[in-house]
Amino acid sequence: MQPTAETSPPVSEEIRKTTCYMCACRCGINVHMKNGKVAYIEGNRDHPVNKGVLCAKGSAGIMQHNAPARLRTPLKRIGPRGSGEFQEITWDEALDMATGWLAPLRAETPEKLAFFTGRDQSQSFTGYWAQQYGTPNYAAHGGFCSVNMATAGIYTMGGSFWEFGQPDWTHTKLLLLFGVAEDHDSNPIKIGLGQLKSRGGRLIGVNPIRSGYNAVADEWVGITPGTDGLFILAIVHELLRAGRIDLAYLTRFTNAPVLVNDDPTAPDYGLFLRDDDGKMLVIDRNSGKPAAYDTPGVRPDLAATHRQAGVTYRPVFQLLADRYLSDEYAPETVAETCGIPASRIRAIAAEIARVAFDEAFELEQEWTDFRGTTHRTMQGRPVSFHAMRGISAHANGFQTCRALHILQILLGSVEAPGGFRFKPPYPKPVEAHPKPHMGVTPNGPLNGPHLGFVRGPEDLLLRDDGSAARIDKAFTWENPLSSHGLMHMVICNAHAGDPYRIDTLFLYMANMAWNSSMDTTKVMQMLTDKDAAGEYVIPHIIYSDAYDSEMVAYADLILPDTTYLERYDCISLLDRPISEADAMGDAIRWPVVAPDRDVRPFQDVLVDLAVRLGLPGFTDDGGLPVYHDYADYITNHQRRPGIGPLAGWRGKDATLVGRGEPNPDQLTHYIDNGGFFEQPVPQEARYFKPWNTAYQDWAVEMGLSDNPQPYVFSLYSEILRKFQRAAQGHGDHQPPEHLRAQIIRAMDPLPLWYPAGQDSAQASEEFPVHALTQRPMAMYHSWGSQNAWLRQIHGVNPLYLPTKLWQENGFQPGDWARVTSANGSITVPVAHMAGLNPNTVWTWNAIGKRKGSWALSPDAPEATHGFLLNHLIGELLPAQGSEPRRPNADPVTGQAAWFDLKVKIEKADPPPEQAQPEFPPLRSQVGRGPQNLAWRVGK
Amino acid sequence: MTQLPPATSRQLGLVIDLDICVGCHACVIACKGWNTEYQNTPLSDADAYGAAPSGTFLNRVHSYEVQPENGAAQTVHFPRSCLHCQDAPCVTVCPTGASYKRREDGIVLVNEDTCIGCGLCAWACPYGAREMDALAGVMKKCTLCVDRIYNKNLPEEDREPACVRTCPAGARHFGDLGDPDSAVSRLVATRDGYDLMPEQATRPSNKYLPPRPKDTLGEVDVLAPFLEPATETPEGFLGWLDRALEAL
Repeated sequence: MQPTAETSPPVSEEIRKTTCYMCACRCGINVHMKNGKVAYIEGNRDHPVNKGVLCAKGSAGIMQHNAPARLRTPLKRIGPRGSGEFQEITWDEALDMATGWLAPLRAETPEKLAFFTGRDQSQSFTGYWAQQYGTPNYAAHGGFCSVNMATAGIYTMGGSFWEFGQPDWTHTKLLLLFGVAEDHDSNPIKIGLGQLKSRGGRLIGVNPIRSGYNAVADEWVGITPGTDGLFILAIVHELLRAGRIDLAYLTRFTNAPVLVNDDPTAPDYGLFLRDDDGKMLVIDRNSGKPAAYDTPGVRPDLAATHRQAGVTYRPVFQLLADRYLSDEYAPETVAETCGIPASRIRAIAAEIARVAFDEAFELEQEWTDFRGTTHRTMQGRPVSFHAMRGISAHANGFQTCRALHILQILLGSVEAPGGFRFKPPYPKPVEAHPKPHMGVTPNGPLNGPHLGFVRGPEDLLLRDDGSAARIDKAFTWENPLSSHGLMHMVICNAHAGDPYRIDTLFLYMANMAWNSSMDTTKVMQMLTDKDAAGEYVIPHIIYSDAYDSEMVAYADLILPDTTYLERYDCISLLDRPISEADAMGDAIRWPVVAPDRDVRPFQDVLVDLAVRLGLPGFTDDGGLPVYHDYADYITNHQRRPGIGPLAGWRGKDATLVGRGEPNPDQLTHYIDNGGFFEQPVPQEARYFKPWNTAYQDWAVEMGLSDNPQPYVFSLYSEILRKFQRAAQGHGDHQPPEHLRAQIIRAMDPLPLWYPAGQDSAQASEEFPVHALTQRPMAMYHSWGSQNAWLRQIHGVNPLYLPTKLWQENGFQPGDWARVTSANGSITVPVAHMAGLNPNTVWTWNAIGKRKGSWALSPDAPEATHGFLLNHLIGELLPAQGSEPRRPNADPVTGQAAWFDLKVKIEKADPPPEQAQPEFPPLRSQVGRGPQNLAWRVGK
Repeated sequence: MTQLPPATSRQLGLVIDLDICVGCHACVIACKGWNTEYQNTPLSDADAYGAAPSGTFLNRVHSYEVQPENGAAQTVHFPRSCLHCQDAPCVTVCPTGASYKRREDGIVLVNEDTCIGCGLCAWACPYGAREMDALAGVMKKCTLCVDRIYNKNLPEEDREPACVRTCPAGARHFGDLGDPDSAVSRLVATRDGYDLMPEQATRPSNKYLPPRPKDTLGEVDVLAPFLEPATETPEGFLGWLDRALEAL
């Protein structure tokens, strides 16, 4: 007799559809409910981001939502900072306390509030709050994440990867993937790679480590860290030599034909020749005479030169060819530095050329460009590229990202079928972005948005004495294009009182006392340091987090946040939406369950605080609240007339898209639609968007822009040249002497490669080995450790050593190593990995935990064997002579150069019992998690 | 001792594509989530927040490095779960009849009501695909989501194993491997799908598709025509450029 199996059990009483927050990817999820509780989470098949699939993090959301590490009530510090001695207080007490600190500051010195949000997905709201408060000191975590990628993309081609763009997964035949951060477009990349490979397309992985996506790559290029720019420019060299570039595309859609002043003695050397309207000039092949680049019928010439008033002007393209045809970029020249044989570089260049031009295809779709020319078809170039932190988090990352975009553009593959595609609201040129603002008025709002895109030295945020206006020194000569701010510099600058002292540090979702800071030990000390009068150097610290992270102990006031299933959120087109290349889209989270603790969504708390502080925009003339909570703000806030946080179901009758008056039932429509809204881009508008009249008009109709804004790509960046020119002594805005050389080198208008920060000859001798971190696919930052399921996958993080280092040092399984950098030393467990660049070691990011945190027992492997590389990384580079120490950052954007780390490795004999350094256990605010779990909510 | 059915009408199973499995563990956790909530007893986790967490997982992903004769070492991500063998040694070894193979679809299951937790089946399985649940004291294994694939409470499109539904890369396929014309059988035929450890004579239902050859680019001779120097003409780069522009 065969037993009977139950094959049709009831699944759930209800499915509530919302947006995941287990990483930054923002997939749609179906939350199955039983007895009012979360029973099971799966991907939403209708959702544009994940189309039904879901990663390990997403499916483990149930363990995150129910984690024992959840904070339960507001807390007030009663012991010394760092002791973890807190008293539970009511929300009224907590908000009174915060108001008591913030209101007097606002009345006199609003800049003494530094408000920085970490992995915040509501930046258009938190930024608006900070603007209404009036402090110039606001940013999210982009400065220590991937600002190089974002900024280089926007300055070069009006958009970047991930939220702003993606490979044309449907048509691409060859994808080159450079060092990716797994949580950025996590599921879409996996879906796309599966599709690409299943239909016979090829993946080339450029990464020192052969894991994850690089494990399935058809070709693995185990490059030396920090040399990607050189490898890319060697490919450019080969393509130029072979003439395998898309000249038609370059003449039409880029600044390749724009005339540049080529007279080194002229004051405008390196700037563009413009007409009286300020329009860039090109030589028209029809007439041989200069014409505005956008003249209807113009045939821009790349081969001409032009003399005018004794000055020679040459097209950008000629300058570009001069540079990259030089032997400096020949495969033979770069091979050793990159760790890639010249023959392999050439083979990859040939493969790129073959697929781009010999496998090219056309889509039968007519379209009209901004000059009024109608094209019968859309020319495809089926080679695509994707990159993220791996090339971004270096001190040469900005120019490397620019180099990658230049390669894409030379192939004619950006916005071409099969290439790389923007996602609405991108493309968007620099000119369509705001500039950064610093205008402070006591008791008034800031004079504009904090973050933006500078056009030249005159836009820097410098005070009259030349010092930085912002606490993080964003938009200064040290890092002029720091469009995302520099969160990683806030604590050290505030501690040093440079450029000034602050009063209150207000942080959200950023574990700055642990894995989100460089040199963690020093940061903990800065947070607890007192001045001569016995007061904390940073007088007040407010922190909001949902969990008992390492940062909690270092704050004075804890505002406990909800989990992602207990809150409203808005993934907005004003911010970082969920658009795909074929559709604009945005999404919400909504409380699928109510909190069972005395916690509040952080955004609701900000609305409450705004009312208590009487902030404009949040209170009316009579001081009454404009919004009673964040959901009310999402529904009714208008950034411009008719444009709000959400684009769907606008207008009183819910029929309007993008533009329209607020609809009181908007959130209900989102919930009924599975938590998201999607509006397809018209067929004719789907490619060549920066130049496509149909797209430009549609974008205006949808409220993505207020005017058509076609533009050409910047192979040559005149904005960078303006900074370089200033550093060469021209103009009213002059950098400090010690930065001139750095600016001249780093802000080259054409991409170049230089060794990353710690790669000087002397440093390389003492610390010869590159050290990297990667983010595991099954974990996100520090959150994973509290997740009972995920920590069984990644509970420890050995330092992986390549065969050469493993054998040279005589390591055996189970051994430990002492790892030393210019900044410090750690002792950690090691493991052997063969598929690894021979001069690189690596480990998983943020697995290591401090004892006592995250509701883990103190003997949890994360706390005894887990470790951070952060201890080895300083926020400043070692001193060079008498010059001020330079930040460990990209000199263009200020991006934290995490991946420039160089170390030396020695066997630790005898091995320590626990990973070093060790810190005293933190006092838990939540107790320990239960011994065993047998999780089930159904009966 | 338990008898295997002489034949099964169908032989359901998984086809796992090792060429595109990125090792993300999505299948591992989707399986854990579904089976924790919907099996007779949840898949438990001992010492969940402690020094040695040890939970029951019906599907695990292992990563191996492979050193080919020439070229760089390669990483293979290898998902492992019950293979629903046609000659399943875990069934024949079961003293109570709790382990059994279904006549109608070939799925190997454990009847928790009669499982005495003796562990013989785990010992007999050459693939290590069975896990004794430490808290429940019964043997757990992949059910091929028998409570999903026929479940009338799920939409038709969702009647597939949780691991297959969630796999982001599309590396997991589900179907009738007993039918040579099924999509999965055809995929196995096209891609040279193989049995795991055939020498064990278990005749597994699940198949693996091998990774395609890697690191083949480098045969410069083949690709050289695509990079023929074109711009090094007597008139120089500009001469080439002028002619190329005229040809547009």
